[in-house]
Amino acid sequence: MTHLLLAQGGGGTNLDADWSVSFFWVLSVLAVGAALAMIFMRQAVHCALMLGVVMLTLAVMYAMQGAPFLAFVQIIVYTGAVLMLFLFVMMLIGVSSVDSLRETIKGQRAWAGIGGLAFLILLIVGIGHASIGSASASFSSTANQANNLTGIAKLIFTTYVYPFEVTSALLITAALGAMVLAHRERTGPKLTQRDLSRQKVASGQVAPEPPPGVYALHDAVDLPAMLPDGSTSDRSVSKAISQRDLSLGREPQEEVAEDLEAGQRIDAERAIEAAALGGESE
Amino acid sequence: MSPAHYIFLSVILFTIGGVGVLVRRNAIVIFMCIELMLNACNLAFVAFARMHGNLDGQVVAFFVMVVAAAEVVVGLAILMAIYRARKSASVDDANLLKY
Repeated sequence: MTHLLLAQGGGGTNLDADWSVSFFWVLSVLAVGAALAMIFMRQAVHCALMLGVVMLTLAVMYAMQGAPFLAFVQIIVYTGAVLMLFLFVMMLIGVSSVDSLRETIKGQRAWAGIGGLAFLILLIVGIGHASIGSASASFSSTANQANNLTGIAKLIFTTYVYPFEVTSALLITAALGAMVLAHRERTGPKLTQRDLSRQKVASGQVAPEPPPGVYALHDAVDLPAMLPDGSTSDRSVSKAISQRDLSLGREPQEEVAEDLEAGQRIDAERAIEAAALGGESE
Repeated sequence: MSPAHYIFLSVILFTIGGVGVLVRRNAIVIFMCIELMLNACNLAFVAFARMHGNLDGQVVAFFVMVVAAAEVVVGLAILMAIYRARKSASVDDANLLKY
């Protein structure tokens, strides 16, 4: 890895030619596969993980192409910050948000596929006709004498210093924008502890909600707990889990109901047996 | 590998991202597809930088990364505001601008 990252000669990398070919094919298959999986997976979290795979493969490709600085920025900024931000918002919004498969515009998916294919063919034919040179023997730019990092720094702080300054304004605007958009205006007065306890007493549920596992009939998290009066409580099961059960077609309520019935039957039989035994002994 | 290979790969990834934007309806996933398209562009920039033997392409890719980070921050904040108002992250549900 170090020789790959520190390399500067020969097209920016001294990776062996055979190795670079095999690396490229393995990584490109991985990237395209993960990108396709990202489109087709229904769960948003799985999509995010697939996007992470694509970003990491691209980071390795940057390193292979003599851009070690960009490789590290890719890992730190994209997989480290952007992807985590995606996951963060996903957790805020709800992991259970699954895309519905119902098409609102008729034939949207088919036409999107056809359009994508046509666009792909257009680009491939266009680029196939262009004469793309082979990799330049080395980075000959005057800015790139010492190493990749120094070269990029020289370019950013000389030729591209104005875009760089504008970038800072952009980042500050983005931070302010995020704060303004995510800020929630308080519409009512803040509730004190007294108000909260009054609300609790008024709601009729003074004791804490039953946790899963209290008088549980099973140890699975999706099976509701049994209350002291013998009924089961839906509130003991997390909403995300009951939604997952719905999507999987499981009905934990029925299982519990069957078990409760069986238990009552056993109790009744035991009572009859006890009565019979009592009768004999008399 | 010659830069052409990398550019073809970047074209394929860009197209996959574009199709994803058209097909998916969860706004977060649409954002992810846009990120994929930006990444594909970066790959092309880096490949061209290597082809020309100078670092300008890498600097442009760096700027693209910065802009993408800013875009994601604002986009996700908008998404959260919409979710708070409508309790849904599907782009079909946000079909009214006001009310």
